[in-house]
Amino acid sequence: MEISTLLRWLGSILFKVVDSLGLPLWVAELLQMISAAAIVLGAGLLVVLFLVWWERKLSGHFQQRFGPMRTGWHGWIQTVVDGVKLLQKEDIIPKTVDRKVFFWAPVLCFSVSYAAFAVIPWGQGLWPTDLNIGILYILAVTTFVVIALLMAGWSSNNKYALLGGMRAAAQIISYEVPLMLSILGVIMLVQSLSMVKIVEAQGGIFGWFIFKQPLGFLIYLVAATAETNRAPFDIPEAEQELVAGFNIEYSGMKFAMFFMAEFLNLFLVAAIATTIFLGGWRGPWLPSWVWFMGKTLFLVFVIIWFKWTYPRLRVDQLMEFCWKVLLPLAFLNLIVSGILFM
Amino acid sequence: MIEPAPAQYTEEFEVNMGPQHPSTHGVLRLLLKMDGEIIKEAEPYIGYLHRAIEKICENRTYNQCLPFLDRVEYVTSMSCEEVFCLATERIAGMEIPERAEYLRVIMLEFNRIASHLIFLGTFSLDLGAITPFLYCLREREDIIDLFEMTSGQRLTYNYIRVGGVAADIPPEFVPLARKFVNMFQDKVDDYEAILTENPIFLARTKDVGIFDKDMCINYGVSGPILRATGVDWDLRRDDPYSVYDRFRFEIPTGKVGDTWDRYMVRVREMRQSNEIIRQALDQLPEGGTRAKVKPAAFKPPAGEIYTRIENSRGELGCHIIADGTTKPYRVKLRGGSFTHTQMIPEIAPGVMIADLVAIFASMDVILPEVDR
Repeated sequence: MEISTLLRWLGSILFKVVDSLGLPLWVAELLQMISAAAIVLGAGLLVVLFLVWWERKLSGHFQQRFGPMRTGWHGWIQTVVDGVKLLQKEDIIPKTVDRKVFFWAPVLCFSVSYAAFAVIPWGQGLWPTDLNIGILYILAVTTFVVIALLMAGWSSNNKYALLGGMRAAAQIISYEVPLMLSILGVIMLVQSLSMVKIVEAQGGIFGWFIFKQPLGFLIYLVAATAETNRAPFDIPEAEQELVAGFNIEYSGMKFAMFFMAEFLNLFLVAAIATTIFLGGWRGPWLPSWVWFMGKTLFLVFVIIWFKWTYPRLRVDQLMEFCWKVLLPLAFLNLIVSGILFM
Repeated sequence: MIEPAPAQYTEEFEVNMGPQHPSTHGVLRLLLKMDGEIIKEAEPYIGYLHRAIEKICENRTYNQCLPFLDRVEYVTSMSCEEVFCLATERIAGMEIPERAEYLRVIMLEFNRIASHLIFLGTFSLDLGAITPFLYCLREREDIIDLFEMTSGQRLTYNYIRVGGVAADIPPEFVPLARKFVNMFQDKVDDYEAILTENPIFLARTKDVGIFDKDMCINYGVSGPILRATGVDWDLRRDDPYSVYDRFRFEIPTGKVGDTWDRYMVRVREMRQSNEIIRQALDQLPEGGTRAKVKPAAFKPPAGEIYTRIENSRGELGCHIIADGTTKPYRVKLRGGSFTHTQMIPEIAPGVMIADLVAIFASMDVILPEVDR
């Protein structure tokens, strides 16, 4: 709660300053938008910093080792150090790449993941914006990731990268379908596409949509894991087959962009699942953003858990699973919830 | 089936898989002709790790050869030492002390477990499951500690010598070995819990890369790959050497010869090796560990011999021609990995690149043994 009042206070100060300087009002609005975007970017990068460290610690403990330990308390500063290292690295651009596409692919990949954060409600009154087509916006924007990965795979002029890019395109487009259908059930119940409305529709623990749409939740979780290209669905960058997949030729900060985008996506799908199925920021006693972060990080933990437990599917099995198992189930879920809703 | 219009045909392209690639287990280079994800042709190129070890052995005395032989197959160094010493002893008609024979068996079987643990780890790694690899290396570490306290080395032991073994085991070896033997079956259960019945693991391995029994025999395949096709053939039982005839153990065989069978045969072999070590520790006699040999002036009579032992990668053979001097006239090694690598052009066409990685990992080829 305090944070949202702080933001409102910041906004009013901004307006007063602009007013006293005699500038038109749209300058204040623009400044407010930019500051909101900066706050979201800062929050997103903080989340990435934390998640990278957290995944390394978790994977370490899953595998009976410690993970990073040397830098800071239990290695908490490790990601920062790695980031600095990546910034300093030489940016290698192979001779035969398509330079323009090669340059823009990581930028696009990162920015679409970041753009989707615009409608995430982080807590009561804590959202950058409340679009009335919020969920549709997220799904539409994140689809651009496909284009970014394809650009990276194609422009690298490397056969492994090309295979990785093709795999990524096939996989993400396929899993988009059950993902969307699994959310549709909830949208029918709420009768709104707004993220805030969806959270507000879930009162009390048993009002959470996970209890009304359990199958939808499971389908979403599986499809979302595939959307983020994480194991057991990490075929686009399958290390043992394609060495590194679409980002094989990338180094330095460009690689870091892909890397950050992956973790932003990971957080994003967990945040969407929290918002749609787990009641978003709702919960007793604690501040709303604590509830939101807690639930989201729990889901992130589950997805990381998948990665360090399961082997990887083969590319054709992945497609089969999507079209022959997930899609019929998603339709079934949709039909059943439609009948119940009537 | 809809025939694609001529314009829609995809172009075949060549991929150089290796010598630097995460899953070629060293420096194998595969030249793949691919149609999208499907392999049309595969050709292995070997020789990146050739160190002329067989030639080097011709210029060394018999005991000086052993450190080089360690490097032939560094995952199971003990086997390479054993096969060479066995050949030399047979030429010389030498009797070696019983305690040394038992120690050799214990070391060989420990090394077989260590080798299969490496297989299990890298195999699961190649399927994308990263965690079992670290579990496997955890247990391998215990075995390597045992080797270290005995021979002073962790990878290339130089422990088995002509006429026996280099040194007796230290007093704390037997209790620690017993501790390992008692705990290991549970650990194998752990590995199996994470892999054997996992649906994704089954999808990736069941009915993938089926090796035909006749094809395997024609290519001279041996070891776990041959046993996975259902052929009951194990040199430890069928051509006994050392004191293997004194232990009770089963020879695990597969049914279909697919990737899962090859995995399962090795997992069950680890359990059997564990039982052999248990029996060997129980029966371990007292006595000396080395027959009387003058290391520098050891001259076996002129003669020619081929010996073979069951290595963790199939038959490991050693052909020695002795000319009555202190140095062998010719040493030829026969490694399982070399034979198995030949099969790649036969099995690769038609499989997907992910399957080729899985099949190749399940063959457990190690490149230094291929190139020598």
